Amino acid sequence: MIEADSWRLAARADALWLRARMIREIRRFFFEMGFLEVETPVRIPAPAPESHIDTIASAEWFLQTSPELCMKRLLAAGYPRIFQICKCFRAGERGDRHLPEFTILEWYRGGTDYRTLMGDCEVLIKGVARELGFDGAFPRQGRRIRLEVPWERITVRDAFLRFASMTDAEALRRDCFDEILACEIEPRLGMEAPVFLYEYPAELGALARVKETDPGIAERFELYIAGLELANAFSELTDAEEQRRRFEKALEDRRRDHRPAYPMPERFLSTLSQMPPSAGIALGVDRLAMLFADTCRIEDVVAFTPESL
Amino acid sequence: MYTASDLRKGLRIKIENDPYIITEFNFVKPGKGQALYRCKLKNMINGNQFERTFRSVDVFEAADLQEKRMQYLYKEEGKYCFMDNQSYEQVFLSEDQVGEAKNFLLDNIEAEILLFEDRPLGISLPNFIDVVVTKADPWAKGDSVSGNTKPVTVQTGYQLQVPPFIEEGEKIRIDTRSGEYLTRVKG
Repeated sequence: MIEADSWRLAARADALWLRARMIREIRRFFFEMGFLEVETPVRIPAPAPESHIDTIASAEWFLQTSPELCMKRLLAAGYPRIFQICKCFRAGERGDRHLPEFTILEWYRGGTDYRTLMGDCEVLIKGVARELGFDGAFPRQGRRIRLEVPWERITVRDAFLRFASMTDAEALRRDCFDEILACEIEPRLGMEAPVFLYEYPAELGALARVKETDPGIAERFELYIAGLELANAFSELTDAEEQRRRFEKALEDRRRDHRPAYPMPERFLSTLSQMPPSAGIALGVDRLAMLFADTCRIEDVVAFTPESL
Repeated sequence: MYTASDLRKGLRIKIENDPYIITEFNFVKPGKGQALYRCKLKNMINGNQFERTFRSVDVFEAADLQEKRMQYLYKEEGKYCFMDNQSYEQVFLSEDQVGEAKNFLLDNIEAEILLFEDRPLGISLPNFIDVVVTKADPWAKGDSVSGNTKPVTVQTGYQLQVPPFIEEGEKIRIDTRSGEYLTRVKG
């Protein structure tokens, strides 16, 4: 048993080295651009209420599901360029692409909107690929994924029209948006080159600003490469009243679905109005490693899973 | 009762009064969206397969399966008849449900019948059975060309490879899981 375990870990060497080099390159990228690396508490008294994300409790507090709230408080206090690589925890999430404990790269930029973050993604991921020996393209499950910029941008509305059996509005009305997105659209996104899926229906961007010219659209994007969802970004909402209403809506959804209740993150709400217009993004570090290690299983790019402890 | 988070490969659940086994399972969750549990399910009675995606609010009844020791009686029109020796209740299994076990159905052999609400689903035999060889070519001593094994037929009609020294009328032990020869049985 012990021997088999050591053998399993030893066989991970390539993936663990790839992962370490990737993280070193990510840090280099952000330091060169003048970002401050921050560390915020993993254990917090109140997570951002989300309809479909469950926390893991830690004594009377919670393990963070994302470093969002504390990083935004730093943003509000006058740190306009910050990044963090940290562990996040989400109860019940385990599958080929999910671990209940996983690594997020999160960064924020004050004074800009989410379009700037698309550019960050392009430069960052191309740079990481080059560092790993993939210049301009990399192999993925027998395909070749090209990385030349700019990467394609497709709105949620167009993606549904192009790939799905119904429109996004109809999917929302019939309460099957997530099923259609996950089963019909995601597997087709970014199969030749990375794709930004953007302009989400407003109700699907709980912490995002709505588009000035169309209040039905949230300024949110997700980055897909080879069918893998890699990053989620917003032009951040800075209206504290509106944010409170959306949190209340999420808490109401949770009550309806008999999910655990969370306290309102009051401290965060009280500083939100001081936050400058900004954009923020979370990128799954394990998922990025899966891409470059050319594996479909997240356990191939971490040393330990919950099952192996 | 199971919830969606209990779903995994191999789990047996009841849907609309039929037992299903999950043959493939994956957890998917788009970004901030709902957790989805994608399953491939196989109906344990008729073998039909289909895919279905469940949500975390879905609940399932366990498929309550029993095993009952029954005796093999006879085969008629493609159906295999077994009887419970206590209640004298009889059940019939199809060729599909019996599967490979049909090769080892000795008269009156006792087997475990898998049942779902009194409906038979499958059969498991003892791991080892002893059978009489009914047809075998004679062993030509010193015949190196014929190799290390030879084909024989046993009393159930099943054919397998055995060592060349096994003769017609002898008893041999077979592993019913692999269908392979194990040893010669004296007496």
